Amino acid sequence: MNCLTIHRGLLLLLLSILVPLQMEANIIEVKATSGKSISGAIATAKDGDTIKVYPGIYKEANMVITKSLYILGIDHPVLDGELKHEIFTIAASDVIIEGFKIINTGRSSMEDKAAIKCLDANNIIIRNNILHHTFFGIHISNSSGIIIECNYLLTYGAHEYEHGNGIHLWKCTDAYLQGNVIEGHRDGIYFEFVTKSKIINNISRKNKRYGLHFMFSHDDEYYHNSFINNGAGVAVMYTTNVTMRYNKFEENWGSSSYGMLLKDIRDSHVEFNTFSSNTTGIYMEGTSRTLFHKNEFRENGYAVKLMASCDDNVFSKNNFKGNTFDISTNGKTILNTLEHNYWDKYQGYDRDRNGIGDVPYRPVSLFSMIVEQVPPAMILWRSFFVMILDRAEKSLPVVTPENLKDLSPKMKSYDLHS
Amino acid sequence: MYQLDTDTSKVILSLLSILLLIVPLISGVFTTIHFYNSYEFTELMLAQPLRRETVFLAQYIAVASSLCVAFVVGVGFPTLIYGVNSSSLTLLYTGLMLTLVFVSLAFLVAVLTRDKAKAIGVTLLVWFFFSLIYDAILLWVVYAFGEYPLDKTLLVLVSLNPVDLARILMILKLDISALMGYTGALYKDFFGNYSGMLFSTSILLVWILVPVWIALRVFKKKDI
Amino acid sequence: MISIRKVSKKFNKLHALREIDLDFEKGKVYALIGPNGSGKTTLIKSILGLVIPSGGDILVDGESIQKSWLYREKIGYMPQTGRYPDNLQIGQLFEMMKNIRSSNQSLDEELYNFFDFALLSNKRMHTLSGGTRQKVSAALAFLFNPPILILDEPTAGLDPLAVEILKEKILQQKKAGKLIIITSHIMSDLDDLATDLVYVYEGNIIYNDTIDTLKKSTNEQRLGKAIVHLMNQNSVQQ
Repeated sequence: MNCLTIHRGLLLLLLSILVPLQMEANIIEVKATSGKSISGAIATAKDGDTIKVYPGIYKEANMVITKSLYILGIDHPVLDGELKHEIFTIAASDVIIEGFKIINTGRSSMEDKAAIKCLDANNIIIRNNILHHTFFGIHISNSSGIIIECNYLLTYGAHEYEHGNGIHLWKCTDAYLQGNVIEGHRDGIYFEFVTKSKIINNISRKNKRYGLHFMFSHDDEYYHNSFINNGAGVAVMYTTNVTMRYNKFEENWGSSSYGMLLKDIRDSHVEFNTFSSNTTGIYMEGTSRTLFHKNEFRENGYAVKLMASCDDNVFSKNNFKGNTFDISTNGKTILNTLEHNYWDKYQGYDRDRNGIGDVPYRPVSLFSMIVEQVPPAMILWRSFFVMILDRAEKSLPVVTPENLKDLSPKMKSYDLHS
Repeated sequence: MYQLDTDTSKVILSLLSILLLIVPLISGVFTTIHFYNSYEFTELMLAQPLRRETVFLAQYIAVASSLCVAFVVGVGFPTLIYGVNSSSLTLLYTGLMLTLVFVSLAFLVAVLTRDKAKAIGVTLLVWFFFSLIYDAILLWVVYAFGEYPLDKTLLVLVSLNPVDLARILMILKLDISALMGYTGALYKDFFGNYSGMLFSTSILLVWILVPVWIALRVFKKKDI
Repeated sequence: MISIRKVSKKFNKLHALREIDLDFEKGKVYALIGPNGSGKTTLIKSILGLVIPSGGDILVDGESIQKSWLYREKIGYMPQTGRYPDNLQIGQLFEMMKNIRSSNQSLDEELYNFFDFALLSNKRMHTLSGGTRQKVSAALAFLFNPPILILDEPTAGLDPLAVEILKEKILQQKKAGKLIIITSHIMSDLDDLATDLVYVYEGNIIYNDTIDTLKKSTNEQRLGKAIVHLMNQNSVQQ
């Protein structure tokens, strides 16, 4: 359903380029039974032609596209790389690849073998393909105006080195990822130097390393994506002005697995997201001037690990529910603001009945700091002894940072599910 | 749906402290008091043509079952009404096991002592040890030997304390996300599966049966 | 009926019984007396199997009671203070005891009837006075018509009427050829009932003979006086 909502601006742009060409364009048909090959069709086609490929198994590989073509698979014809080859390499602008099932690409980390590769090209659409057991799925470098939508990428294998990334973009601008499902790769979505791009409605799950991994990718926007049960969660680093809204970060379990890892992020917005059942909801270091607003942190080990290197961040109107620890930190001076959040562990009162608790809430517990130092201590959690320790520390803070507190804790949780 | 979910776990959380603290306390003290309050009647029973085993075990079963029923009515039903899920069932299970463990320990204490005040004192001491002092020592061990790989040792140490064992079964349900981060993965692997359940159950059974068995041995030779 | 052979009992350093030899025969009523802490309770409890002797043996009808429990069928025991589970009803208590002693012997419900327990059968034990509980204990001791009766301070706390009923009952049982052992501090009661006297002092049997013999040897008509005599003699010996 998501696949039907197409990024209109880009599509219109592309259509305006392609439609005039198609007026005089030919349609070349390729059927497995007729003995014609796709590579033959590509060789004979002219700019603007459409190549229709009918169902069947095609053991054709290393097809380099140097013209503006619309290559359309009907009912997902299978392109088999026989575990040796790459399939498509796009080296021209205005290319559409749609409706194929691409399986068994070669694997080599020297060449980054991929099912669909794209180099120095503009205005490319990769749509509605199934990529099964590939090394890299879609690998794009130094391009702009890329639409990748409604592809399903699934691979398997036990070890990280056996995998490439699902959708890998390097040095691109104006990319648009929508409605893709990526499963079992090293990184689900990998961005490096990708700017002004939108990532919407994708599902990235069960990838070996990160569900989403981006660096130096400024001015990008992420909406309505789900990052579930990835080896190390999501990592976003060295970037300014990122907007992340309505995403889900779930079930990322492990000592170095994070719902979201933020490292050197500035001037960004993290809003309306759900972080649930992660070992750590958000781990952040070197992050500043970022707004965390109306996120739901539910049943995480740590909702937020806020390292002392973070400053000027604002956490406002978030829900913290059922987390083992709400916030932990490694320093004593904290220069971040907490306000109007709902904390289910808050035990204060609201005498003037304005919905705001009258005493501040301190989200850092002594025991979380002990566990930070000696992780095995975790097995003492919820013991009477630890409860007493925490109570004592709450009433008379000695170890925990005095100034990390929510002065206006909400009495009731926000309804963030609608 | 989610709203209800968090509510259930909140209910269970507040019940957990009752479970780990109050259940052993009540079970232990009630058993000791009962043993000494019915001492004369026990004496009369023993003057009847009955085996000592019969009298002892009848008494044990009576006390244990009434405390278990009390637990189910007081804690179990409210929890189950809130929602039957794996956490509430674990809560019920560990609560019953802890009740039995402390009934057994209290019986042992009662047969080993001669007067009520001393017996209650010792029972309180046992309770205090298992719910507070043991954990304090454990935390000290964790701190002192933090550089060494402690996981296996801790696993053993934790299994030696029935209260800790019950607690870990519960936090495996409630704090699984946090536990997965650290040694927790080990605990999840160990306790989380079928054989782990079997292991913890058998440890708890040992905690139930061994004190009863020793108490019975002592009781058979005890001068009433 | 009951033979006590070199029975000793030590509680830590305290010698409660020192190699006691004693025979209780049927058709007789034994008054077991002695000062507090002299060992008489220990002796009774040893016979009942409540206290396990450190040495010696006790035979009931020629059979050792060690590791045996069925011999207690033959004994009716009335404890000094009968305390029962608070919420148990009198009727339930009697039913329960009948269950435990499912012997074929005919029940002796005389005391049960005398004390009108049928009317009280719904009463819970904790609502009863100390005296009524004593009556319950007495009725239970006689209920199964046992050949041996051990009564520990049976008349303490009973009203005079009940005392008379109980005494009648004891005499009747004596005539029926039963062995009855009574401890009491009320000498007049013992005087009416007992045929023999066993005097225990610091774990030893100081005196064991018929009361008639005692009265003759001390030239006293009343048991109480005779015993005072005996005690004095004893302290002189010491």
